[in-house]
Amino acid sequence: MAEPRPFSVTRLPGFTAIAITAFVALYLPIITIVVFSFNALSSMSQWGGFSLHWYREAWANDTVQEATIRSLLIATVAALVSTVVATLAALGTTRQGRFRGRTAIYALINQPLMVPEIVTAVSLLIVFGAIRQATGYQGLGYLMLAHSAFCVPFAYLPIRARLEGMDRTLELAAADLYATPLQAFRRITLPLLMPGIAAGAMLAFVISLDDVVITEFVKSAGQDTLATYMLGQFRRTLTPEVNAISTALLALTLVLLTGFFLITRKRA
Amino acid sequence: MTAMDQPSPADQAIAADHVIKRFGDGDSVVRALDDVSVTIAKGEFFTLLGPSGCGKTTLLRCIAGFETPTSGRILLSGRDITREPPNRRRVNTVFQSYALFPHLTVAQNVAFGLEMLGKPRAEVSRTVDRMLSLVRLDAFAARRPDALSGGQQQRVALARALATQPEVLLLDEPLSALDLKLRKEMQSELKRLQHETGITFVFVTHDQEEALTMSDRIGVMSAGKLLQVGPPREIYNRPVNRFVADFIGETNFLPALVEDGQVRLTSGEVVGQGQGQGRVTVAIRPEQLHLALPGDGGAIPATVEGSTYLGTDSHVQLRLVDGSRLVARVPSQPSGDLALPAGTQVGLRVAPGAVQVLAD
Repeated sequence: MAEPRPFSVTRLPGFTAIAITAFVALYLPIITIVVFSFNALSSMSQWGGFSLHWYREAWANDTVQEATIRSLLIATVAALVSTVVATLAALGTTRQGRFRGRTAIYALINQPLMVPEIVTAVSLLIVFGAIRQATGYQGLGYLMLAHSAFCVPFAYLPIRARLEGMDRTLELAAADLYATPLQAFRRITLPLLMPGIAAGAMLAFVISLDDVVITEFVKSAGQDTLATYMLGQFRRTLTPEVNAISTALLALTLVLLTGFFLITRKRA
Repeated sequence: MTAMDQPSPADQAIAADHVIKRFGDGDSVVRALDDVSVTIAKGEFFTLLGPSGCGKTTLLRCIAGFETPTSGRILLSGRDITREPPNRRRVNTVFQSYALFPHLTVAQNVAFGLEMLGKPRAEVSRTVDRMLSLVRLDAFAARRPDALSGGQQQRVALARALATQPEVLLLDEPLSALDLKLRKEMQSELKRLQHETGITFVFVTHDQEEALTMSDRIGVMSAGKLLQVGPPREIYNRPVNRFVADFIGETNFLPALVEDGQVRLTSGEVVGQGQGQGRVTVAIRPEQLHLALPGDGGAIPATVEGSTYLGTDSHVQLRLVDGSRLVARVPSQPSGDLALPAGTQVGLRVAPGAVQVLAD
């Protein structure tokens, strides 16, 4: 008698058609943007031959340059700060044994994932508004602080996963071999945790680079990031310059996410 | 344990003094260690033997410093180390899973403890070389642990733990992950290493054969209690109770009566001398029973119920006249074995001194 085959969605009628439709719906718009970023014409519907014109245009645009530098600066600070905070949080929640309110702590750490972004944005606008009034400080610090905060859960997840997957006997072995808790952390835990930390930092970087809603509410005048600059462009005339920036951003994100994938896949 | 088994204070490597360890609280409290006291001498190969969950690993973790006893003391060379963290105890562990650092090479693994102790670089590399040749892994110094076989990883774990010359080496079922042939090799390897280094070994296992072949002394544990401590021969030949007799080797348990120092089976025969009075249980090892012709003077009449051929010998299942069953171990003969079909009438002789009267 043949072995009963387990249920498989691939054998449902119409599976292939649905799968193809889903992939087309997901990727067609992105492919369109990428293709039209190389269009020689300034049209979004008519193909006028291959050209790097809009890339040169975007590159030469001072506003785009400044926004890019600002985006990278904020994303770098946000990735660094959130990764440090997330690493400490992950150590605290995986290395202290069970304690009262641990579930509550998880929920608090992951708060930015659950609270609607617009609510966080409005709250930050109000709080930062008050601080601005009180201190007169107008700099990029607000954006860096806000980005650092909402990037924490994204950095936290891969780090915690790595820590939970780590053999705790290794830390016992280090202590057994005369390592103080700090030495055991530096020589054993941290090196083994590095892939998780790198993955967390990359994810945080991408999330920060991509943010529109919170940035739009928190930024002061002249503090456009690449994402909010593009949003502003759509309100005026639409030029394929935005396509070029989008494609460049997409390429950067793909590189980082591929790195994230490679790092998390290789679990020694 | 008799007073004679106690090493004098100067010779003590490690001692547990009325150690109690409880896990959990309220109704779900578990006594992992229930008032355990034992003293292990310097240079001794001491084995903690017992079924899983008997507390042997918990006792080892208390000695290593990974657990703190609920009460009682742990002494290292007479000094109280009960509250000291693992990194301040001159005690190293070979873990069941080996716990080699995966991101370090074999040589870096072995060097780790020496570096933590702040040894000079030249001394570290000299010691690492010596340790690697001691465990015959010189050629593997630059490899990562995941490029080694299980037996090689085991030897790295040993070299790493021995490199710092600890006062006591703790081994937590280190051979259980190896196949039979490799396990036999590592058993003699461990004995050789212990002999060459002179370090006290505390070895945890649930394998009674491993314990008997390797140890200077064995401590048998069950349900958090240390039941008997003694040399392998003493544990095997003079088990203090039914659990020890049953756990170590194979044994026949028979009901008997003790009258005026004579042990009489319920089937009527006197089989030896023993302490006590009244109804008792006696233990007789299968190899201490010899088959004789039925009606042979003084032999106990028995009926063969079946036999199992085991290569070097056969197990013969027997029934006595009162219905009690027992097993005799009969050595194989080069000329072929006696045919002992079920129903054959035989006589049984018990080797002198083979009868153990047990406390239940």
